[in-house]
Amino acid sequence: MSLTLEQVKRIAHLARIEISDAEALTTQGHLNGIFQLIEEMQAVDTSGVEPMAHAQDVSQRLRADAVTEGDRRAAYQAVAPETEAGLYLVPKVIE
Amino acid sequence: MINASLKQLSQALAAKQISSVELSTLFLDRIERLNPTLNAFVTVDREKSLKMAIAADVRIAAGTAGPLTGIPIAQKDIFCAEGWTTTCGSKMLANFVSPYDATVIHKMHAEAGLVSLGKTNMDEFAMGSSNETSFFGPVRNPWDSSRVPGGSSGGSAAAVAARLAPAATGTDTGGSIRQPAALCNLTGLKPTYGVVSRYGMIAFASSLDQAGPMAASAEDCALLLNTMVGFDERDSTSLDRPVEDYTRDLEKPLNGLRIGLPKEFFGEGCDAEVMAAVRAAIAEYEKLGATTVEVSLPNSHLSVPAYYVIAPAEASSNLSRFDGVRYGYRAPEYDNLEQMYEKTRAQGFGAEVKRRIMIGAYVLSHGYYDAYYLQAQRIRRLIADDFVEAFKHCDVIMGPTSPSTAFKLGEKAADPVQMYLSDIYTIAVNLAGLPGMSVPCGFVDGLPVGLQLIGNYFAEGQLLNVAHRYQQATDWHQRWAVVE
Repeated sequence: MSLTLEQVKRIAHLARIEISDAEALTTQGHLNGIFQLIEEMQAVDTSGVEPMAHAQDVSQRLRADAVTEGDRRAAYQAVAPETEAGLYLVPKVIE
Repeated sequence: MINASLKQLSQALAAKQISSVELSTLFLDRIERLNPTLNAFVTVDREKSLKMAIAADVRIAAGTAGPLTGIPIAQKDIFCAEGWTTTCGSKMLANFVSPYDATVIHKMHAEAGLVSLGKTNMDEFAMGSSNETSFFGPVRNPWDSSRVPGGSSGGSAAAVAARLAPAATGTDTGGSIRQPAALCNLTGLKPTYGVVSRYGMIAFASSLDQAGPMAASAEDCALLLNTMVGFDERDSTSLDRPVEDYTRDLEKPLNGLRIGLPKEFFGEGCDAEVMAAVRAAIAEYEKLGATTVEVSLPNSHLSVPAYYVIAPAEASSNLSRFDGVRYGYRAPEYDNLEQMYEKTRAQGFGAEVKRRIMIGAYVLSHGYYDAYYLQAQRIRRLIADDFVEAFKHCDVIMGPTSPSTAFKLGEKAADPVQMYLSDIYTIAVNLAGLPGMSVPCGFVDGLPVGLQLIGNYFAEGQLLNVAHRYQQATDWHQRWAVVE
C-alpha cells in the first residue's frame, strides 16, 4: 500500500490539521514508511480471533445518576482562549 | 544525602537529622545549577515546593507522617497538578495551568506528603523514544550529554540519574518508563494496566497508558508504587482490587524461581554487548537459586506493527480535544471555525504528533477500519495469548529492555521507523497489559544497560522482589553519572 499525495491531504483534513504542499510531500514519505512497517501485520491469518480492545476484560462500570462534582466553571474557563459571560467563544458558524 | 535511598531519606527525616525544607532545598539548588545543561525539568517552582515541604515538616513534627512524607520527587509533565503549568511537552499546552490534580498527584501530595520539585520534560504527548519531540528541546543523558536519555519519560529519567531528584513519576504506553530507565541506569516499573489511575494523566493511548515509578532501586520503586495505586471512580478502567504493600515480598529468596527466556528476545536485532550484559545478569540469577527455561512469544514480531495502528488510532481520538476552544493554544489568525481548528492544530502540534494523529485518522476511516484497526486488535489478542502460554512454564520473563544503549541526539530523529524499532522489546507488554520493569545490569562503553523483567498480571510485588534480590547481589544500580 502506498498513500498518494491527495490521500495525505485528505487525511490531514480529516484530522483538522492544515498542511502545506511541501509538508504533505514530507509527510507522504514518512507515512508510507510507517505503513510499510504496519503491512507485516496484514499477512497474518486472524480469522476466528476475538479483537482485544483492553488488557483487562472488564465491562464498563455504571454509577448512580447523581451530581458528584462541584461547580468549577470559573476555574475551568480561566484556561480557555476566549470566553464571555460564562460561554466559550468561537468564530460565528451561523449567519 | 544526594544518593540516599528513599528509605534512608525517610529515616533521616523521621530522626530529624534533616528537615523536608532542607532536603528539598538541596535538590532545588542542584536543579538550578545543573538543569540548564540537562533540560530535564520544564517547570520548577521553588515557592510551591517549599510550601509543600513546610507542610510535610509540620506532619513529621505532629507524628502524622507517612513513610514518604517530606521526600522530594519529580513529576512527569503529563500529570495535571493544580496551579502548576502542565505542558505535556507541547506548544499546545505551553501556557496551560491545570485547574485540578491528577489522582496520582493528589495521592502523592495530599495523602503521602511527597514534595514535588517540578515538572519534567518529555516527548510531546509522550510520543517518542528519545525525548527529542519535546517542544521544550531535547533532554541530555547524564551519562553522556551528546546522547538521548530515552523517552518519553526522558526528563524524569535524566533528573533521577543526575540526582536532581531522588525519584520520579513516569508513564509507559509502549516502553516510556522502561526504555529511559534502561538508558539512564535506573529502575523503572510499569504496573499492570488498571492498577494506577489515569485520571488527570493526559491521554495518549488510553488502552495502553499506565503510570509508574522511576528511581534508583526496586525498593524505592516499591515505596513509591504504594503511594500511586488504588481504585479510582474517575478512571473508567481503574481496577477495584485489594490494596497491596509492594514492599512486603522484597526480601523473599529466589530459590526455585523459574525464569522464562523468550527465544525471540535472544536472536537477531540486539546489540551483542547489550546481550552479553543481559546474559550475565541471568547467570547471576542462577547463582541466586533461579532456573531458566526457554519460552516462545511467536507473535512478538507483530507487536510494533500492531502498536502503530492501535496507539495512533487512540491518540487521534484523544487529541481531537485540542481544538483551541476550551483550553490550550489557539492560532492568532483565522477566517472561520474550520480554519481555527486547522491552524490551531497545525501550529500547536509538532511533527511526530501530527504524524500519529494522521495515521490514526486513516486507520479509523471508512473502508480501512477492518483492515487496520480490527486486524491490529486481533493481533493484540494473539500477542497477549502468547504471554498466557509462556507463563504456564515460568514465573517471570527476562530479556533486554532496549536493543542498544543510549543513541546520539539526532541519530534516529529523521526516520520515524528506526525510532519506533527502539521499543521492540517493550511494546508487547503494553499490548498485553502486563507489568514490566527495567533494572540496571551493566555498562557498554560507559553507557548503562537495562534488564527487562516481565511478570504475570498483578505480579508487581513479585517483580520488585526479583529485582531487589538482584540489587542486593550487584551494585550496577549504585553507579552514578558524573554531571558536576
